[in-house]
Amino acid sequence: MTIDLVLFFGLALIAVVAAIAMIASRNAVYSALFLVFNFLTVATLYLLLNAAFIAVVQVTVYAGAIMVLFLFVIMLLGTERESIGGRIRWQMPLSIVLGLALAGELAYVLLRNDIVQGPLADLTVEFGSPASIGRVLFNEYLVPFEVTSILLLVAMIGAIVITRKQREEGK
Amino acid sequence: MIPLSWYILVSAALFSIGIYGALARRNALAILMAIELMLNAVNLNLVAFWRYLTPNVVAGKVFVLVVFAVAASEVAVGLALIISIYRRRHTIAVEEIDMMKW
Amino acid sequence: MDWQDFLSVLPFIIVAGWATILLLVDLWIPANRKGITAGLAVLGLIAAIAAVISRFGIEREAFDGMIIVDGFSSFLQLLFLGVGVIAIAQAYDYLRRRDIERGEYYILLLYSLSGMLLMASAGDLIVVFLAVELLSIPLYVLAAFAIPKADSEESALKYFLLGAFASGFLVYGIALVFGSTGTTALSGMVAAIESAETTPILLLVGSGMILVGLGFKVAAVPFHMWTPDVYQGAPTSVTSFMAVGAKAGGFAALLRIFISALPGAAVMWMPLTMWIAALTMAWGNIAAISQTNIKRMLAYSSIAHAGYIFMALPAAATPEVAPEAVRAALFYLVTYAITNLGAWGVVLAMEKAEGSGLEIEDYSGLGKKRPALALAMALFMLSLTGIPPTVGFMGKFYLFQVVIDANLIWLALVGVVTSLISAYYYLRVIVVMYMRDGEPEVRSEALLNSTIFITAFGTFFFGILPGFLLKMINQVSLLDLFR
Repeated sequence: MTIDLVLFFGLALIAVVAAIAMIASRNAVYSALFLVFNFLTVATLYLLLNAAFIAVVQVTVYAGAIMVLFLFVIMLLGTERESIGGRIRWQMPLSIVLGLALAGELAYVLLRNDIVQGPLADLTVEFGSPASIGRVLFNEYLVPFEVTSILLLVAMIGAIVITRKQREEGK
Repeated sequence: MIPLSWYILVSAALFSIGIYGALARRNALAILMAIELMLNAVNLNLVAFWRYLTPNVVAGKVFVLVVFAVAASEVAVGLALIISIYRRRHTIAVEEIDMMKW
Repeated sequence: MDWQDFLSVLPFIIVAGWATILLLVDLWIPANRKGITAGLAVLGLIAAIAAVISRFGIEREAFDGMIIVDGFSSFLQLLFLGVGVIAIAQAYDYLRRRDIERGEYYILLLYSLSGMLLMASAGDLIVVFLAVELLSIPLYVLAAFAIPKADSEESALKYFLLGAFASGFLVYGIALVFGSTGTTALSGMVAAIESAETTPILLLVGSGMILVGLGFKVAAVPFHMWTPDVYQGAPTSVTSFMAVGAKAGGFAALLRIFISALPGAAVMWMPLTMWIAALTMAWGNIAAISQTNIKRMLAYSSIAHAGYIFMALPAAATPEVAPEAVRAALFYLVTYAITNLGAWGVVLAMEKAEGSGLEIEDYSGLGKKRPALALAMALFMLSLTGIPPTVGFMGKFYLFQVVIDANLIWLALVGVVTSLISAYYYLRVIVVMYMRDGEPEVRSEALLNSTIFITAFGTFFFGILPGFLLKMINQVSLLDLFR
């Protein structure tokens, strides 16, 4: 048992438990906080995989910005309590079957044969640094990068278009 | 060394939990959070594949950044939609927003 | 990266850039003159059409394989841009009538179109994913455009939640395919599969999940549940654009990924796509029979037509048939686009200000009151059924022929039988229009009428003389990625 294995198992367990707790929780605020917890554990897994930059972005953007937005909306609307009772009829059994089938299938096929054998390739020190990622983003991946920026602009316009109507109606 | 399949398994578990949540929860915000969990599982997969299979190509990492941006834009539009619906109906439970046949 | 690379994405740059410029220009256009924005948007599309035509026949990869320019992409881009022009013309009067006229409508429509253009020439799975999102996110907002209306917000929420759910599947599938082949570039995937440097199980699950994700986008059974509600609730002009554009965009991705990048894995996806095609044709047509609302009926009809186009995928699993299958699918997409835009145009003309006039019964007496409009609608219904002399017949004929060439006789039989079933509900509309008496209130708006006229003319003209279209399609081929 190396320290890596212990770390991995601990983190994986926490991540899965946090995810289950997020789904099981009836209170939207708890759900959001469990999701943040899950994101943070996964970020630590990224560190284990030598992806420091991704880990930092995960914490700042995902756990930091997106989830704060979620919490903000939950509290703004005051809808944290979800009434218990009738679910949508057919979705409940279907979702259990689907979820279990998928997990079981993947577990079966993956445990049967491992994909990569042998030790991991070493990484050079500067590889994966923000500078090198930035250089790649503006060369090989220029198209996806620019399209991403358009996508964010569209989302911004969309959010404004959807919510602005309310104000005009209120006048 | 940790085998790659274990990472894929953790990611598959998170993804399945996300699917379950998206289908079983009735609060639109909770469904959106479950979808975020699914995207998070994708990212874990991508980073693991990058580290184990193509550590010298950045495709995997760039893809993760793209998924971040897409997740952010989906959340922006989704939350705007949820807020505007809540203002008029005072509910975001999906089965109450159901006047047409589902 | 050189200037030729930028020329390769010029149509995309024009549409997305023009949308951004219009966003600013729109601020100075007074609220009651938003027709100017619509006109400017159409100008941008015409410029993009010119850009596509100017490089027709060129085949190359640009930006290190991120972008593929070939006959397939140019043809689809022309189709998308044409759809865009008609969609804007259809929207103009409708938005005024429903009092939701705002410049952002045309701008979001342009952004969505830019996503479709990008999809047609995507050469990398990252770009495919981004293009799906870029075409979907503006559509979510457009579906919510009539938002004080309850059905519009319901439609938008359902479309958004299921769309986001589906993109989760899509991107998970892409991640697994990346894990299996070690690359996201379509050309790299062909090479990796060819040299057997893959993990088959990841490829199998991955391509299955891509199929699920895109199946949602094109509304194929069993991923179709959202379609009737979303199509019914969204503003009709949006539905028209969504039904044609988003579906064609989804098929662009399906054809490109499965036929040109994953032919080596055909054994895996061939049975899946075959069953999806059969189920979609059967369920779409059967469920459409009991619909009384024209928007819901056309929604199920669009599900059924997704099934017909889907038939091209299992057919393309036979390598000799693959090029013909792609052409047949493209031809069918054109017939579907022309006919559906026309049919939705008639629905737009019949819809009254408060959103009523959408039951099939409301069409009683249309044959007497507006003979030309009724004739056009009859033509569209015949074309959707696949009866000569309409373009729908040519499309189905071509497609069935390809399916039979691929030795999938039973699938072609399912197609023929379900087409016969569909005749029941399409012809009912014609019967109601001509045989029943009634006093329908119909709009007569110049722009809308001209789009109905153009599409009706196209439906008829290409039905009799498909030569021009066939000639154009025969030059289309997917860029051979494995060279």
